Amino acid sequence: MGKKITIEPVTRVEGHGKVTIHLDNQGNVTRTRLHIVEFRGFERFVQGRPYWEAPVLVQRLCGICPVSHHLAAAKALDVIVGAGTGDGLTPTGEKMRRLMHYGQMFQSHALHFFHLASPDLLFGIDSDPLMRNIIGVALKHKDLAVQGVMMRKYGQEIIKATAGKKIHGTGAIPGGINKNLTIEERDAFLHGADPLNIDKMIEWSQAAVDFFKDYHQQNQSMIDNFAAFPSSHLSLVRKDGALDLYHGVLRAVDAEGKKILDDVDYQEYTKYINEEVRSWSYMKFPYLYHLGKENGWYRVGPLARLNTADFIPTPLAQREFELFKAYTNGKPNNMSMHMHWARLIEILHAAEMMKELLNDPDLQGDDLVTKGTKQNEGVGVIEAPRGTLFHHYRINDKDQIEMANLIVSTTNNNEPMNRAVNKVAVDYMTGQKEITEGMMNAVEVAIRAYDPCLSCATHALGQMPLEITLYDANNNLIDRKRT
Amino acid sequence: MSKPIVATTSLAGCFGCHMSLLDIDERILDLIELVEFNKSPIDDIKTFTKQCDIGLIEGGCCNSENIHVLKDFRKHCKILVSLGECAIMGGLPALRNGIAIKECLDEAYLNGPTVRDNDKQIVPNDDELPMLLDKVYPCHEIVKIDYYLPGCPPRADLIWNALVALVTGDEMKLPYEVIKFD
Repeated sequence: MGKKITIEPVTRVEGHGKVTIHLDNQGNVTRTRLHIVEFRGFERFVQGRPYWEAPVLVQRLCGICPVSHHLAAAKALDVIVGAGTGDGLTPTGEKMRRLMHYGQMFQSHALHFFHLASPDLLFGIDSDPLMRNIIGVALKHKDLAVQGVMMRKYGQEIIKATAGKKIHGTGAIPGGINKNLTIEERDAFLHGADPLNIDKMIEWSQAAVDFFKDYHQQNQSMIDNFAAFPSSHLSLVRKDGALDLYHGVLRAVDAEGKKILDDVDYQEYTKYINEEVRSWSYMKFPYLYHLGKENGWYRVGPLARLNTADFIPTPLAQREFELFKAYTNGKPNNMSMHMHWARLIEILHAAEMMKELLNDPDLQGDDLVTKGTKQNEGVGVIEAPRGTLFHHYRINDKDQIEMANLIVSTTNNNEPMNRAVNKVAVDYMTGQKEITEGMMNAVEVAIRAYDPCLSCATHALGQMPLEITLYDANNNLIDRKRT
Repeated sequence: MSKPIVATTSLAGCFGCHMSLLDIDERILDLIELVEFNKSPIDDIKTFTKQCDIGLIEGGCCNSENIHVLKDFRKHCKILVSLGECAIMGGLPALRNGIAIKECLDEAYLNGPTVRDNDKQIVPNDDELPMLLDKVYPCHEIVKIDYYLPGCPPRADLIWNALVALVTGDEMKLPYEVIKFD
């Protein structure tokens, strides 16, 4: 008798996403779906609002990485106010935004690794679910928990100093920024009492990368094979091919490393990217238009960025990047769990970038805003912690938003997350008589590797609680399990 | 004496209020000494395993699932706190309240500049998706709410002070700095 398994990560309770898995009479997995059950309607309800509200309105999509939305919207509005795309801001304007963004990257990645991923790594995928969370980490590995808390705090303080508030700040405005960094603020970040200074943050970031490399050595088979599958990868890169999380051109490579999108201007993103709508999820499925719905899907995020970039422009992260690339002989890395590795290399890069920026006197400049000739349309793209984020606005002659289009990072990863769920369900559940908690968590671990924002904090704060319901082929409930 | 028990959830919110709770930083380590967590995104407890003392609610109600969860919280918590603007008044998602929900769906799935190949005019609609409500409701219109913490998000010190006051029974400290909000 066929079965349908419903895994509700957080949905029923926290209202975000759920997984359904269908099995046939022989216990073969016939269909898997990751459903996103939330719908807000931002594209419609920002219409009619004055355009300068966008950076503060639209960031309220997400409280985990509001800075990404804040800056992507501000970048789109830079175009609209005639301040150019990315390189048109004053040095103070651009560098304050960059500092804000790298602070954000640092806190978000730290949160993901320490609060979310580390319990799976420290305790094991099928360990006691009561321990497998940040409270368990605090009890058993207090030093690591303290590092996570303090690294996140440092990043949040950087955001507060640049954006005005830790969450939902107001620092970026169309054409620039509304404050600079005072000498006192700068010195506190550079030379604060341990551990809240940049050198300690760099040291801890390096230690986190080393922790993962050791873990990888001891658990090579799991880390290399779990939920691994070939895919294309997309991100921004700097014009010279460097990793750049704030600005650049769009590049995509296929699973073998061939360029399938060759450093194009993101103002024209609608030429290259389209989205498929499927009836069973509120989240759309983006794909590269010239490759079509079947073959055009791609991954975004830390793994994709290290696959598209040619190098990292800071020395410690570059050293780690070289080791990372050497592991796959320079080819794209398609191993889902290596996303954790890539994410930690980016933490190190973000820490190095913050130090470089903090030492730059331009942050104390007074020339904050660029003005130019008004345009009626603009696109802003940024590399958010979870991947490439698109904001697109058109305004009317009364300065009201007339059209808004958003492709958020996690949406870009929709198809890959669905593939990862399918791979793990097939690997772990095929022919099994009983579905165990460990198997359910395996599905979660695959989704979690993408650090998706669909239930962002739920992931971020710990385990996704699961409910699995078994139905027979006629949809009669036969068993229900809760973790 | 056993520790007070706290449960938390995010309904139609952005998780920013939960992030602000995390912004109490190193006091998190004190918090887990002070209280026991039950159902919450910060642990693995999906369904209430016992009656709780304090329930923190982030977000308003935009779909049938939100209503279900909120009522479940009321049933299991002695004190319910609306945490932040969305729980208190619907917040930013309530900007859709003056607009027909169909217009919002059409804009996202039919009219946008990157859905140009949606020939079959598909708009998500599936048994697995909860029913969207006609508008976004603040929590106190659905169940009784005992306390309100304003802010978008409420600042970390406000959340901390409120939790400590509720747990210890002492009067809450409300210095000027913590009651400024946007």
